[in-house]
Amino acid sequence: MSDIQAETDLFFVRQKVVEPMPPPTRSSGLIGWARANLFGSVFDTILSIVGITVALLIIIPLVKWALIDATWVGDNREACAANTAGACWAFIHANIGQFIYGRYPDPERWRVNLFFLLLVAGIVPMAIPSAPFKQLNLLYIFIIFPVVSGLLLVGGFAGLPEVDTEVWGGLFLTLVVSYVGMALSLPFGILLALGRRSEMPGVRAVCVAIIEVARGVPLITVLFMASVMLPLFLPEGVNFDKLLRALIGVSLFASAYMAEVIRGGLQAVPKGQYEGAKAMGLNYWQMTRLIILPQAIRIVIPGIVNTFIGLFKDTSLVYIISIFELLSTIRNSLADPVWATSTTPGTGLAFAAAVFWIFCFGMSQYSQYTERRLNTGHKR
Amino acid sequence: MSVADAGRTSSPGVNWLYKPAVRQFVIQAALVVAILGLIAWLVHNTAVNLADRHIASGFGFLNQRSSFDIVTFLPLTAEDSYGRAILAGLVDTIIVSVLAIIIATIVGVLVGIARLSSNWLIRALSTVYVETLRNIPPLLVILFWYLAVIAALPSPRDAITLGSAISLSNRGFYMPKPIFGAPFVWTVGAFAISLVVAYFVKRWASARQMRTGTPFHSFWAGLAIVVALTLIAFVATGAPLSFEVPVKTRFNVNGGLTLSPEFTSLLLALALYTASFIAEIVRAGILAVSHGQTEAARALGLRHGTTLRLVILPQALRVIVPPLTSEYLNIIKNSSLAVAVGYADLVAVGQSVLNPTGQAIEVVAIWMTFYLGLSILTSVGMNIFNRRIALTER
Repeated sequence: MSDIQAETDLFFVRQKVVEPMPPPTRSSGLIGWARANLFGSVFDTILSIVGITVALLIIIPLVKWALIDATWVGDNREACAANTAGACWAFIHANIGQFIYGRYPDPERWRVNLFFLLLVAGIVPMAIPSAPFKQLNLLYIFIIFPVVSGLLLVGGFAGLPEVDTEVWGGLFLTLVVSYVGMALSLPFGILLALGRRSEMPGVRAVCVAIIEVARGVPLITVLFMASVMLPLFLPEGVNFDKLLRALIGVSLFASAYMAEVIRGGLQAVPKGQYEGAKAMGLNYWQMTRLIILPQAIRIVIPGIVNTFIGLFKDTSLVYIISIFELLSTIRNSLADPVWATSTTPGTGLAFAAAVFWIFCFGMSQYSQYTERRLNTGHKR
Repeated sequence: MSVADAGRTSSPGVNWLYKPAVRQFVIQAALVVAILGLIAWLVHNTAVNLADRHIASGFGFLNQRSSFDIVTFLPLTAEDSYGRAILAGLVDTIIVSVLAIIIATIVGVLVGIARLSSNWLIRALSTVYVETLRNIPPLLVILFWYLAVIAALPSPRDAITLGSAISLSNRGFYMPKPIFGAPFVWTVGAFAISLVVAYFVKRWASARQMRTGTPFHSFWAGLAIVVALTLIAFVATGAPLSFEVPVKTRFNVNGGLTLSPEFTSLLLALALYTASFIAEIVRAGILAVSHGQTEAARALGLRHGTTLRLVILPQALRVIVPPLTSEYLNIIKNSSLAVAVGYADLVAVGQSVLNPTGQAIEVVAIWMTFYLGLSILTSVGMNIFNRRIALTER
């Protein structure tokens, strides 16, 4: 073979073996990943170094505060006062009952636990798309559960001692306020949204006024109104429970936001669906209930969950009319002289933040999951 | 007469009750009567209740002496009336909202762009920031700054200082206060005039580029004009600006410009909390611009920065501005959380007016009017901006 080459001396035929090229830089593994994602260019490298510095500046003190320097056991402030560089988890441990149940009497706390159980039993199957009996589930969520748990928590019959709403508090009250707000804002929001899209100018004007006023003012003023003006509005002798007043304020406020979300869904239903339903001879309520709402609500489930998240966070404002939900219960116990140290506020607020974060993050992940589930086929 | 007309006018077999027009009229009339009745009933109850409690309705109480001892941006003494106190509260609300809007927009845009960075670490850090702040109540963020951060700072005696003029302690943030002399008006005037000049330079440059295609560095030229004119006026009038430096006494700091712990914690909390929402809006807006736009711009030979500025951002803004407006409105409404830390905003002042006077209805009406007014002003402003950047179709 080489003989033939030498003989023919063709200029385009190679005469010797080429030196092997150096191997390519690593494009896989840890180094390759870091090169692609952290040190791609000069600017990237600078950004990465700044980023690493920031991350370390946050993570190291946080871990030291929350874990390494933290006080885990103790009966009063002595343990934490000696060690103010770290969190005072003993404070949380000592008060956890109060943070969950408020001042609900000790022997009756099983009723609150039963309420938690009933709540989970209603919500979990509703959140799983493939779970059966959705209609029964809706009936349970909107009617059976609120009535049963209301009777259970207030008591005053069949040997259950009555528990005044004054002593309700903590995480339990946060869940009560947000649940009532959610369960009422959905139907009222639907009605307001339908009213806003109505052909009757009178109905439309009333709904627009309610929605825009409630959305234009802060929740605090609505709560103040419910607390100081409602007693003035009612005939003498009629007195409302303070919690009930807060619930009315929160629900009214949430309904206005819900109405706007649902209106978006109603607008997204193609006009042909309305025309088709009318052509089939359905009247307005049949059309709305059977054709329009199922499609509209399905589209805006993420928006509804986002409104729920906002509502859940807003429940922290009911402290304004001295109702003690989770955040205000914790804030109150910060002033407790038994535990007051310079590190207690940080610990208490970190605990509150963690609880709120778990609920809200869970809901937002669920909303994103729904979005992905409904979006199949639309993404590139 | 066409078939359709016939169907509409004559319907002999149908009861008049089933005519849509009649039914709509009946429903609306019933609704109006019900609402008017409800209002009349409420007004009657309120009148009876107010008479029982010997509370005079009306806004006459606004002229009474307040004897408040609260710190606001507008100077307020105990001799001032309730009306002036409420005005001071409104000014406080506006100041904290405007500053929070500015900071939140800057931080939000930066974090939103960082969430799309090709750098993994930057992406991760901004995601952690957004997901943490978005999922906790704003009230908790305010309390965190107020109770856990600022209250934990050292006392004024061993404050954290930067030079002798700037200090940070649990009494607040102290810095030199600028004192403007009377001739400073000329500097302001020169600044305004230079802005107008820069605007006309920009117009001329655009027109020329349209005509001849020759570009002109109008931004740098404009900046030079503004800086030069303002500086010349400032120096020519004898630099009428001095600083009052805060003086540290044994237990406190006097003079200078102070940001109180209440104001600082409210401002930081509002700005950082809302920034996490704005970041998501910015990210969604940039992602909403189709990738083909970037590719086309690159194919035309535009550079990376120019692509972003002239092609991506103008289109992203159309998606960004409407939800951004509602975040601004949220800042204004959330500023009412000031009452939790004792910053004297509209709600806090209103509450302290409500307690001694008992004028619940009037105070709530004032709150609602001012908040609705602020909201409407903001939306109108943002809508004008929105119309400017909206897609102009043929």
